[in-house]
Amino acid sequence: MSQIGSFALLLALVLSAYSFLAGLVALVRKGPAAERLGETARRAGIATFAMVFLAALVLVIAAFQDDFSIAYIFHHSNHDLPGPYKFATLWSGQEGSLLFWSLLLATYGLVLRLRYKTDSRLFAHASVIIAAVQVFFLMLLNFAAHPFALMQGTLPQDGNGLNPLLQYPEMVIHPPMLYLGYVGFTVPFAFALAALIMRYPGEKWIQITRRWSMVTWGFLTCGVFLGAHWAYSVLGWGGYWGWDPVENASLMPWLTGTAFLHSVMMQEKRGMLKTWNMWLIFSTFLLSIFGTFLTRSGVVSSVHAFAQSSIGDWFVGFLAVTFAVCLFFYVKNRSHLRSEHKLESLVSRESSFLFNNLLLLVACFTVLWGTLFPVLSEWVQGNKVTVGPPFFNRVNVPVALLLLLLTAVGPLLAWRKTSIESLKRNFLWPALGALAIGAVLIVVGIRPWKDMSYLYSLMTIMLSALVGLTVISEFIRGGRVIKGHTGQSLFASMVQLAHRNTRRYGGYIVHFGVIVIMIGFAGAAFNQDKEQEMGYGDKMSLGAYTLVCRSYTQEDKPNYSSEWAIVDVFKGGKQIDTLYPERRFYKASQQTSTMVANRSTFKEDLYLVYEGLNQDTGRPILKVHLNPLVMWIWVGVWIMIAGTVVALIPNAVAVRVTAPARIQAAPVGAGD
Amino acid sequence: MRNLLLKAAQLTFLIAALFAFLGTDQDARFQTLGHKVMCVCGCNQVLLECNHVGCTYSDRMRGELASYVDRGDSDDLTLQAFVQKYGPTVLIAPTTTGFNRVAWVMPYLVLVLGLTTVVLIVRTWRTRPQTIPASGMGPVSNLELERYREQARKDTQV
Repeated sequence: MSQIGSFALLLALVLSAYSFLAGLVALVRKGPAAERLGETARRAGIATFAMVFLAALVLVIAAFQDDFSIAYIFHHSNHDLPGPYKFATLWSGQEGSLLFWSLLLATYGLVLRLRYKTDSRLFAHASVIIAAVQVFFLMLLNFAAHPFALMQGTLPQDGNGLNPLLQYPEMVIHPPMLYLGYVGFTVPFAFALAALIMRYPGEKWIQITRRWSMVTWGFLTCGVFLGAHWAYSVLGWGGYWGWDPVENASLMPWLTGTAFLHSVMMQEKRGMLKTWNMWLIFSTFLLSIFGTFLTRSGVVSSVHAFAQSSIGDWFVGFLAVTFAVCLFFYVKNRSHLRSEHKLESLVSRESSFLFNNLLLLVACFTVLWGTLFPVLSEWVQGNKVTVGPPFFNRVNVPVALLLLLLTAVGPLLAWRKTSIESLKRNFLWPALGALAIGAVLIVVGIRPWKDMSYLYSLMTIMLSALVGLTVISEFIRGGRVIKGHTGQSLFASMVQLAHRNTRRYGGYIVHFGVIVIMIGFAGAAFNQDKEQEMGYGDKMSLGAYTLVCRSYTQEDKPNYSSEWAIVDVFKGGKQIDTLYPERRFYKASQQTSTMVANRSTFKEDLYLVYEGLNQDTGRPILKVHLNPLVMWIWVGVWIMIAGTVVALIPNAVAVRVTAPARIQAAPVGAGD
Repeated sequence: MRNLLLKAAQLTFLIAALFAFLGTDQDARFQTLGHKVMCVCGCNQVLLECNHVGCTYSDRMRGELASYVDRGDSDDLTLQAFVQKYGPTVLIAPTTTGFNRVAWVMPYLVLVLGLTTVVLIVRTWRTRPQTIPASGMGPVSNLELERYREQARKDTQV
């Protein structure tokens, strides 16, 4: 079995190397022979997919067959591991996840190579660049992190099992989503570099890659938030984002990718910011690779990091070569990237995009700086300092608030120039609405002067309300115009409006999702928690809830044994629920893991953790968190995904109405 | 006698209130300081959020923190005691002294520099004079007109 996998990987490397070299030669030379050579390169790229797919399939089959002669399967699986987690073994360790990365890249490459007729020359350039990236990952797999390496000595009876923290349903989909995002940015990167190398005229390459970029960004968004939800549900510390270096690694390309999705509109519409966009997509790709380097090099300590290994050096080399290639072609062809227009006013859609990009990049820099500062500190002063959540929160929250303000103002600005009068007209009611909401919150009990976190929370909710109201007013204003022409209902008019310009209104829906998430984040200022030893019948109160411990029980399953508490939840004297917080002991890995019991509502989460027995007293310990508004975060993500899907739908052709429906529908005799 | 009893009751009430106040204050200090220190067991979590039952580090560190707070040590002294014992990595964020100040200053510096650069770029673009051909403005060709129409369509679309 392992020999088939090893052979497939080796053949994949040979094919991708041929695809790169033959493709390169075909691009440099001209004539029918070069065209034929280019075609063989394209087909070799397609065959690479087949070989990488075969290798991945072999590894999955080996996991299901409990083939512990393969070291990777021994370290990441065991007999009693449930089926879905055996499948997830593919991306649960260093070597397997690199193979998975390579498989996704080969799949993206396959789609690109099958669609080459859109623009064969541009696609041929992009195909060569993707082949080069593929060669790097396949070299890693063949020479540095071989997934089919065999166990030495006597064959073990059972494997070490999957890390208990990864034995949670979301872990079956979180890494694929994240990797689809990371790897997906290779495609717009390849097209951008290809366009720069061949001095591609016009902005067609952006139109070609627009959907790729949005889909990739959507996957990365899902991946990041699935990770947050997993951390919230499994780690049991009551939070969803700990500013861990690996979490940061996923956030950085998301931030630059978001900046790219905004600023690329300036290039499409106005032929501006060509250099900026080129470097934004280069940075996004480089940050994706950098994140992988952080996870796998052991350069920073993280709860997610893979074992320290030498493959970090490979990534440093790859990053250096990629940056050098990008810089070389930029210097060589930078005259091709001159802007066609200049900015005409500070109060314009263009300048709002500029400031939006600036803030997103400052946020990205802050995350990068905070992640790497321990390394810098060790280098300068000889000791590693810790850069934890207080640093990131204090520096990033003001930037996020400024971004929210821009999200409210930006869509109200016209391209080129906006008059202050029109801005006032469009902004007045949403601003008054946001102020009214702020006043209500202060009356209800939020005291921004008492604590900085309350102030930030209030401002977040007010600015979110401002964004929400501007988005709603944009829909209503556009809907009314269509209603006036067609006579249909306002809702139907708004749907038609969104269908006419899906990108714009899909984008607004994404913005709406963002503010729902921000409101969820704002709730964190009011988190409460309590920890207590709880015997049978003991009570604990937090907020409006009283928890009564009814019983404890144990269960033995093939893969793990578990202890769990049965806790009745009372509110206002009435029992409203029963929660079952659990603690598992995984037999193969000899490790424990918590399973949080969470009662989630739009108002707050009652989050219960069974922490085990107090070693001194032998009594069970329960910790309860009361986390307001957390559900808003997950709902906001769904709205963002819906918005992204809307933005991907092709625009409907605008319907020209020659005879207004209202006149047709007017009663006979009207106006007589 | 009655006055004496009344005064004793008032005194008892005052002492109880003082203790209650101090207790609350100490709880709040314990919570605040416990969120400024990391657990050093390798979990990368804030001391008061480390949820490993049986984690020998966090239990011991919580005990130490409680004793410092009970003793009335200042915040600085308490944090310094942790640094002395566990090294500078025990603090959850860089201090505002020495080289560590750079960690805090840099993001704001980048923000200010970025804002200044963007504003300067915009001002330069706006004040740059438009070049007018020496022969003056000629008639607009159909091709140019079509290009302007296309640009107007793009400008008004989004």
